[in-house]
Amino acid sequence: MASEDQRIVTTTSAEGHWSLSASSPRYGEKAVLVFFWLCAVLSVAVTTAIVFSLLPPTIGFFREVSFSEFFGETVWAPAFATPSFGVWPIVVGSGIVVVIATMVAVPVGLLTAIYLSEYAPNRIRRVVKPALEVLEGIPTVALGLFAFWFIRPTIETLTPFLPWQGPFSIGVAGLAVGLLVVPLIVSVSDDAMRAVPAALREGAYALGASKLEVSLRVVVPAAISGIVAAMVLAGSRAVGETMVVWLAAGAGNPTVNFDLTKGAQTMTAFIAGRSTGDIPAEGVVYDTIFAVGSLLFFATLILNMIAMRFVRRFREVYD
Amino acid sequence: MKKSLRSAALLAVLALALAACGSGDDAGGSDDDASDTAATDDSSNGGELTGEVRLDGSSTVGPLSEVAAELYMEAQPGVRVTVAISGTGGGFQKFCEGETDANNSSRPIKDDEAAICEENGIAYDFIQVANDALSVVVSQDLPIDCLTVDQISQIWVNESTVDTWGDIDGLDLPDDLAGQPINLYGPGSDSGTFDYFTEEINGESGNIRIDYNDIGEDDLAAVNAISGDPYAMGYIPFSYYQESVDVVKALAIDDGNGCVESTPENVEGGTYTPLGRGLFVYFSDTALARPETVDFADFYIENAPQIAELAEYVPMTPEQLEEQAAKIDLLAGR
Amino acid sequence: MTGDAMVPRRAADAVAVARAATLQSLTGSQRRGRLVSGIFVILMLSGVALAIAGLVALIVFMFAEGGGRMTWSLLTNPPSTISPGTAGYRTAILGTLYVIGGVVFMIVPVGVGAAVYLEEYADKDRWWNRLIELNIQNLAGVPSIVFGILGLAFIVRGPIGLGFVAAAGSITVGLLVLPTVILASREAIRAVPSSISDGALALGATRWQTIRMQVLPAATPGILTGVILSVARAIGEAAPLLLVGAVTFVTFNPRFFSDGYSTLPVMIYQYSNRPQEEFRILAAAGVIVMLILVLALNSFAVWLRDRFERRW
Repeated sequence: MASEDQRIVTTTSAEGHWSLSASSPRYGEKAVLVFFWLCAVLSVAVTTAIVFSLLPPTIGFFREVSFSEFFGETVWAPAFATPSFGVWPIVVGSGIVVVIATMVAVPVGLLTAIYLSEYAPNRIRRVVKPALEVLEGIPTVALGLFAFWFIRPTIETLTPFLPWQGPFSIGVAGLAVGLLVVPLIVSVSDDAMRAVPAALREGAYALGASKLEVSLRVVVPAAISGIVAAMVLAGSRAVGETMVVWLAAGAGNPTVNFDLTKGAQTMTAFIAGRSTGDIPAEGVVYDTIFAVGSLLFFATLILNMIAMRFVRRFREVYD
Repeated sequence: MKKSLRSAALLAVLALALAACGSGDDAGGSDDDASDTAATDDSSNGGELTGEVRLDGSSTVGPLSEVAAELYMEAQPGVRVTVAISGTGGGFQKFCEGETDANNSSRPIKDDEAAICEENGIAYDFIQVANDALSVVVSQDLPIDCLTVDQISQIWVNESTVDTWGDIDGLDLPDDLAGQPINLYGPGSDSGTFDYFTEEINGESGNIRIDYNDIGEDDLAAVNAISGDPYAMGYIPFSYYQESVDVVKALAIDDGNGCVESTPENVEGGTYTPLGRGLFVYFSDTALARPETVDFADFYIENAPQIAELAEYVPMTPEQLEEQAAKIDLLAGR
Repeated sequence: MTGDAMVPRRAADAVAVARAATLQSLTGSQRRGRLVSGIFVILMLSGVALAIAGLVALIVFMFAEGGGRMTWSLLTNPPSTISPGTAGYRTAILGTLYVIGGVVFMIVPVGVGAAVYLEEYADKDRWWNRLIELNIQNLAGVPSIVFGILGLAFIVRGPIGLGFVAAAGSITVGLLVLPTVILASREAIRAVPSSISDGALALGATRWQTIRMQVLPAATPGILTGVILSVARAIGEAAPLLLVGAVTFVTFNPRFFSDGYSTLPVMIYQYSNRPQEEFRILAAAGVIVMLILVLALNSFAVWLRDRFERRW
């Protein structure tokens, strides 16, 4: 290491102090830059490839099924004898999962984040943060089976007065997805709250505010854009979650269902089920996979854009 | 010295980049290497077959073919048999692209699938490997044991007017039962079971009322739900009923010749109509041109009764077996 | 984020002093406030406890279901449909290792490369660099099943055309976790103070020399943590693999570029809805294996971060 440094020093002094341009063309430097650039551009290529794998069959689908039927009808029965292509039942299914998941995860996640950022002593942080990371890394198949085998029967036993029917429940699926997105909410909002300058807190304390007041009236409002971003990101993750909802919410009926105790299909579960099912893998019924895939892609794209807006705002204010 | 170190690092980075981008090129290379070594391994054993047979397709037939593959590889360790499960439809898609050697199928090939196969020049033959059936199951507490095909159709047909048990024509039920709504459970429209049931009972694939409880791919879940619901009814693959005879009851079905129970004997004997069906494996002719594929097909039929028993499926009748064996002889050119 | 870790710490000290002073001068009137505060802490603690209780319940439940199968043979036996009672996950574990091996091989150079480009080279005022940045953030949020569709159309078939083999699954999952690795690596590189690279550059080192000898070594723990957490996520990923062929029953050890393959989560999923009870037990036992793997990797990541975390 030492001799390496020496070499650099020698080179510069030998080449003179007067010229600031490189002494040699340094092709290696350029090759490295090209490699790095290619790596970065790969991500754009991936997005392009996603669009290209979704678009042609989606166009094929809309040649057969009108836009107004897809977005206007409310019965989703592509493989039935009298097919109907109203996408709302599975959109509502995904929507319910998102709403339930955020309803579960936001209070828990936000409280945890406030605790970690404002209250927790360092040694607790060092235990809780990794534990939450583990929770984030739980294989979704494991969580789905847990929801299906354990959470659903347990809740059913505890609430016999509810009209439980069938083995699936979109509500339980939402709950499980909520568990899955808690860590995401914690880490993003914890980051946002820790980015709030200490001066704001100190100012509040100097004015006689209690710790609670500082947390809730100073830190949370100051970090609100980060917290909103966390919620939107959690929603986006919930929309895209597949295995948990497939296992716990099942396939669902062709009609729109708001009953949390019953099963319902989501967009992701539809894609997974349809692409591994027994129906012929061509024709308009098969192309529904790609039409729904495109819808899913754009839905998460929009959610991410919104989240990034908010993230940028809190970065700009305090960085 | 230093310079060479630096260029070595650079080379390594570039090599990584190339490897990351060009893994497609490696595919051919390692493939050849591996099969070469496999070939030499087996030539030392003499007489044994080598190569591979790739099956894909139905999740209903899959377990049966898995058992066949396991047994076959005990007899012929040089042949690598793989069984993927991506659904009958997904399987046929791969099959007709020439990506697999054989397709497990819980239904005969559909016209549009056959057209794609033909378009791609994939000719094929199929063998039947077992019998299967769908069972119409209810709670064990329900005092009904048998329904006619017509009655079942009344319940399940598209725009059915049956809401309670009393709405079914020709049933004499006690009042407390007659007023109870029927809770219906059926698999998702992706499944071959759905396809088969709607076609046989309601006369047209996909003809079914839309307000039943869709249990998706998980037939086990339907069993659990029905066992706990005295007014429920559902249809499930026979193998799932066999695993749960203690918790649910399968209805006998009257197809005009009296009530026939959903038992292995009746399914095998062909009297359990119209919900009895065959399970098939489609082999492409290109694959059948290879000795290991024919040998596997031959083995599958020769040991069909044992395979069916191990996988807990309904075996074929002696007549069916004979027919399939004759087909294999023809395919093998014997 | 970690770069300004010093600030909150100093702030925390200041806050503590300020609070002590405030409390001392205002004793009495703060009693109600402290009660509310106490309730709030309890609420928050129960939030944390709830999340962790979910995790513990999952593990306990799976052990109750599948604990009976927890022997070495579960790892070393090949799958078997004939005897699910003694079947193991050998080929599925191998499939998972293939996929993960390929993922690491791909995401480390490419992920770090992209992060270095964006942090060290890219001119943020250029629209194409902003596009790349925006694109990576968006890609991180694309549902995994959509990557399955991509993998099927472009990697299994189409331009790359590898077929339904472990290599294709590996690339698909690699692309899926790549944005996460890039984002984590960027954070790690950004956390290295600019004074370090400025110093190296002032001494006459070239850009690449600075990056290679100063920035990357300093950022390595952060990058590694990101990679390991992504790998942990990749292990549990099932949805996209369902579409790119990881649904295959193989009893022999598969090859990377030819044979069909399966991975742990996919196999667990498939076993979970077979009619026989033994398969359900097998699935639960598989979940435990997968959890142990993920927990081990996560702990390793935590250890690594603690061991090598540097404050500037």
